[in-house]
Amino acid sequence: MSAFYALLKRDLRLAYRQGSAVTLTLAFFIIAVTLFPLGVGPELAVLARIGPGVLWVGALLSCLLTLDRLYQADYEDGTLEQLMKGPLPLELMVLAKVAAHWISSVLPLILIAPVLAITFNIVADGIWVLVLSLLIGSPVLSLIGSIGAALTVAMRRGGVLLSLMILPLYIPVLIFGVAAVEAAISLLAISPHLMLLGGLTLGALVLCPFASAAALRLAVE
Amino acid sequence: MTLIVENLGCVRQERIIFSDVNFTVKAGQALWVKGRNGTGKSSLLRIIAQLLKPASGQISWQQKDVLDEPVEFLKRFEYIGHLDALKTSMTPRENLSFWAKYRGPNNIEAAIEAFKIEEIADFPVRSLSAGQKKRSNLARLIACPSKIWILDEPISSLDVHFIDLFTDLLRAHLEDGGLALYATHQDLEIDDVQLLNLDEYTGAGS
Repeated sequence: MSAFYALLKRDLRLAYRQGSAVTLTLAFFIIAVTLFPLGVGPELAVLARIGPGVLWVGALLSCLLTLDRLYQADYEDGTLEQLMKGPLPLELMVLAKVAAHWISSVLPLILIAPVLAITFNIVADGIWVLVLSLLIGSPVLSLIGSIGAALTVAMRRGGVLLSLMILPLYIPVLIFGVAAVEAAISLLAISPHLMLLGGLTLGALVLCPFASAAALRLAVE
Repeated sequence: MTLIVENLGCVRQERIIFSDVNFTVKAGQALWVKGRNGTGKSSLLRIIAQLLKPASGQISWQQKDVLDEPVEFLKRFEYIGHLDALKTSMTPRENLSFWAKYRGPNNIEAAIEAFKIEEIADFPVRSLSAGQKKRSNLARLIACPSKIWILDEPISSLDVHFIDLFTDLLRAHLEDGGLALYATHQDLEIDDVQLLNLDEYTGAGS
């Protein structure tokens, strides 16, 4: 597992050194989400109604901003082919890179989400469930995104195609993520929604590394 | 320790790059892959490095087919490709440290000394010249020692002094029982070297 941690640590270090991508993602999330209250007006009931959906969609779109570089930088500088012949199975290499992406690009969004949720007049219970639903469901964003990133790794300007390919696949996690928060606001049971989100994450955790690895093998050949 | 290649063929985009390539390289020997542009030097080395699938043929290492059982063979070689495989925001020492942890074993200080990159080892790669980047990349051969070196244009960007230095390191590797396959346009003056001229295996160069 030392190779796994070495790659995870390297990707986190690179994300920290090239901090602009993470900062831009966070800035995009904050700006995109805060535009909605300005657009729909200050009606608190309306904001509370749309808040969970806006925050989830904001997180989902922000995540897309950094996904196209998940493998592309390594592909362009020749690191990817060196990683592929290393001791780590390609599927685990994918998992290490996905984990680094989630920690560096998605986790900051989850940490800032409660602050933004307040601007939408979401009640305290709803805010905690929002954070919980993002923690449980957001790994799916990085995992499914890794397939798109692997398929478009050799393409210049593959970002648009990547978005078109993976956005429809984000729909289930978006539905259950928002439903969990709405259930908490309405004082209904949240566990079914969170369990479904957990199921989606576990399913993606099993399937996505294999699909991404197969796409990377094709790209390098 | 023997690497045997039999009837190897490569087809890219329905174009035959080369066919029926045969050679045997033993411990202490080197294979110099030569040929005009487009004759498949890089493709041949990438096939042996398991980065490309051959159209035909067999590659055996210690009497085992490496296309069927690649795991053991993958641990035995270090491949240096066209690209430097260096992260520009990291220093050469950090890059080498990553590869040593990723691939093992760890021999970073010896690598830095062997390729004389002590003075640049702690500066970001983005501030280095092409030759310095090349040496930082080649240092991986010492940082992660392996028996087989597969080298695609290892001396491009190097000046005469560092070509001599690299040739000495290659000789030492061969004397130590290693084997090497390299593609260059220039003779490296290695004693026990076989020449594989890919111009003879394809019509691309004629």
